[in-house]
Amino acid sequence: MTQPSVAERAWSRYTPKQRWKRFAGLIVVALAVTWSVATLDVIWPWVWDAPVQIGDLFRRMVPPEFSNWRAIFWALVETLNIATLATFVAVFVSLPIAYISAQNTTPNRFTLWLGRFILVSSRSVNTLIWALLFVAIFGPGVLAGIIAIMFRSLGFLGKLMGEAIEEIDRRPVEALEATGASRAKVILYAIVPQVIPTFFAVSILRWDINLRESTVLGLVGAGGIGVILQGAIDTLAWPTVATVLLAIIVLVIAGEAVAAWLRKKVI
Amino acid sequence: MLRIQQLVKRYGHDEPVLKGLDLEVPDESVVSIIGASGAGKSTLLRCINRLVEPTSGSIELNGAELTRLHGNELRKARRRIGMIFQGFNLVDRLTVMENVQCGRLGYIPYWRAALRKYSTEDIDRAYTLMERVGIAHYANKRADELSGGERQRVGVVRALMQNPEILLADEPTASLDPVSSRQIMELLQTLAQELQLPVLINIHNVAEAREYTQRIVGMRFGRLIFDGKPEDLDQSAMDTVYSGTPAEDRQQAEQDTSKAVVS
Amino acid sequence: MNDATPSRTWRKPPFIANPWLRWGLIVVALIYLSWAASTLPFDWTRVSQGMERAARIFSGAFPPNFSRHDLLIKGFLESLQIAILATLLGLALSVPIAFMAARNIAIKPIYLIGRALIIITRSFHPVIVAILFVKAVGFGPVAGILTLTIYSIGFVAKMLAERIEEIDWGQVEALRASGTRYLTVLQFAVLPQIMPRQIGLSIYQLDSNLRASAVVGIVGAGGIGSTLMNAFGRYDYDFALAITLVIIAVILVSEAISGRIRRAIW
Repeated sequence: MTQPSVAERAWSRYTPKQRWKRFAGLIVVALAVTWSVATLDVIWPWVWDAPVQIGDLFRRMVPPEFSNWRAIFWALVETLNIATLATFVAVFVSLPIAYISAQNTTPNRFTLWLGRFILVSSRSVNTLIWALLFVAIFGPGVLAGIIAIMFRSLGFLGKLMGEAIEEIDRRPVEALEATGASRAKVILYAIVPQVIPTFFAVSILRWDINLRESTVLGLVGAGGIGVILQGAIDTLAWPTVATVLLAIIVLVIAGEAVAAWLRKKVI
Repeated sequence: MLRIQQLVKRYGHDEPVLKGLDLEVPDESVVSIIGASGAGKSTLLRCINRLVEPTSGSIELNGAELTRLHGNELRKARRRIGMIFQGFNLVDRLTVMENVQCGRLGYIPYWRAALRKYSTEDIDRAYTLMERVGIAHYANKRADELSGGERQRVGVVRALMQNPEILLADEPTASLDPVSSRQIMELLQTLAQELQLPVLINIHNVAEAREYTQRIVGMRFGRLIFDGKPEDLDQSAMDTVYSGTPAEDRQQAEQDTSKAVVS
Repeated sequence: MNDATPSRTWRKPPFIANPWLRWGLIVVALIYLSWAASTLPFDWTRVSQGMERAARIFSGAFPPNFSRHDLLIKGFLESLQIAILATLLGLALSVPIAFMAARNIAIKPIYLIGRALIIITRSFHPVIVAILFVKAVGFGPVAGILTLTIYSIGFVAKMLAERIEEIDWGQVEALRASGTRYLTVLQFAVLPQIMPRQIGLSIYQLDSNLRASAVVGIVGAGGIGSTLMNAFGRYDYDFALAITLVIIAVILVSEAISGRIRRAIW
């Protein structure tokens, strides 16, 4: 056996094909960035000024102003109510939608597509856009906020529940059909128990998300802590803005803790 | 009395899985159905309670034709046919009692099922049967906390709660350890006598079939090719049942048989 | 059956064994829900007026008006540019923050700083961040880019930190044993292990930044959201519907593409 030549023994980390792929990836990224930076409608002096401006903003927020903590507290409670009520209603409304959009339970093709259509349209429209629409319809206030959050949650809950229904173990269903149980009883005994854990997990998760989303509803006039935030920003009351921001952090972290606790207790 | 005549089952346009099968099972007898995987044993059982729709032929249970039933009538017929599954097919997250009461679902109104308000007779019957098979103390445990043998007992009690006129068992011992497996087979045999039920058992383990049943039916490629007493099932009969099947399968069956001879 | 003994009755074991706790929780939940519902300013005249208004909005919105497609396309390209730049900036900042916030890599004080950064960036909805940036740097895409950069950090750094905490520690020890410097250890023992996750996350984040850029525009941070907000403000409901439909289509397409790429990579 002859020794391999030096050239054959040279080591490189990637095969030529891998190297080309990586190179092509980098080129794509570089082109995308150049294109974005070159054509973006940016006033560059503002950009260079941004760090100063942001620093200035923060400086004006200190120290936070706590004098209207009462109003802030009740706005937080309102935010919590919006998230909770909307989640509560959406959870129940989403069940029939999940049922018709799961392939193994949907009565026929038409209901399947109806279900999927509802899920997609609910999921693709952001909460704030829903809120804009409902504020235009019902006028500013908590009601528009609740309905907006509800509409957005339907798609999320329905999709995840539908997937849970599609993933159930078929065997108990078969066994119950063999006992002569009706369709409704098979759902009650073989499908419901199997999706209950997902039901709670998904509801808790969505409640947590809704709590965050509720904090911004006020910016389009749909109630909650956002209303105070918007008011404070409009009047340039930066110390109040700081308090509201702190309050939001507290609310969100508390919500996350409650969600984690519930998850541990229930599931 | 179960009477099957000229039963054919074909999936789509493939070769039929059951090719004109005839079988009679008189009351109070335990019949094993043996055969290689893919011989059509499972399809045969599922045709009887119509979990699988037969293509043609007739199935009569105590004089009533089953193949033409629909909707409500089919459900009423299914109530009289108990089935035991290889994978137990219990609802894991429900308690043992709820699983057992699943056998009554065909009889009770919806609100009782939903609120778990079972009638006193049903609860009493459930306890009697559970005591009979030794799982009464588990009534409030969740089904997934039980061992395999115990889970299959729950499956047996669920089937018996239906007040069945026949029991179908689809590989009831295939997922069990040897000890539980023997217990379940003994249980099926004695229950058949006590309750005077015909029992049809699909079984892979020929040794168990010989030991616990009075009649063995051999299936191959969708046809019955052996029907007789355990002692008639000699080596040549075994060869016909398992010939032309994957070698592994056949070996498995023979091994099980030789083990039984030793024990 | 007359010989039914007490043991012959059966009730489903309750979910919460202690009856006081069980009923207490139910009562508290009911009271809270009914109180919360009662605080709603629910008045039927407003709802019925709302229905009329809804009818007017929807009749104004149909058929959707695509005639100003140049504005639509410009808005979308801007959203895409915002998403691309914000994703890159966000990723660049996420990596060091993720290393700071990984318990197995960073020393305690650094770890706490990293965690705090992640918690703060995650607590604020991007729209709130956007409002602040719009105030600081003015209307337009720059505010959008900064907002989504923060948004990206919150998610990517969190997921990446979790991945770093799960790495195979043996590789790190092997390099340390050969006397390698700390940063080199990170480069050769940690980075290769988290790279696949990092690429998957980048694509996912690009997708969600594109979504989010449609929203932060509503408060003035550029992109298609600003176009939508303007249309809404001028009661051009037919144009608003056209924009919304295109947003939905783009989101579905980008979701499909990002899903396919991520499947191919993982």
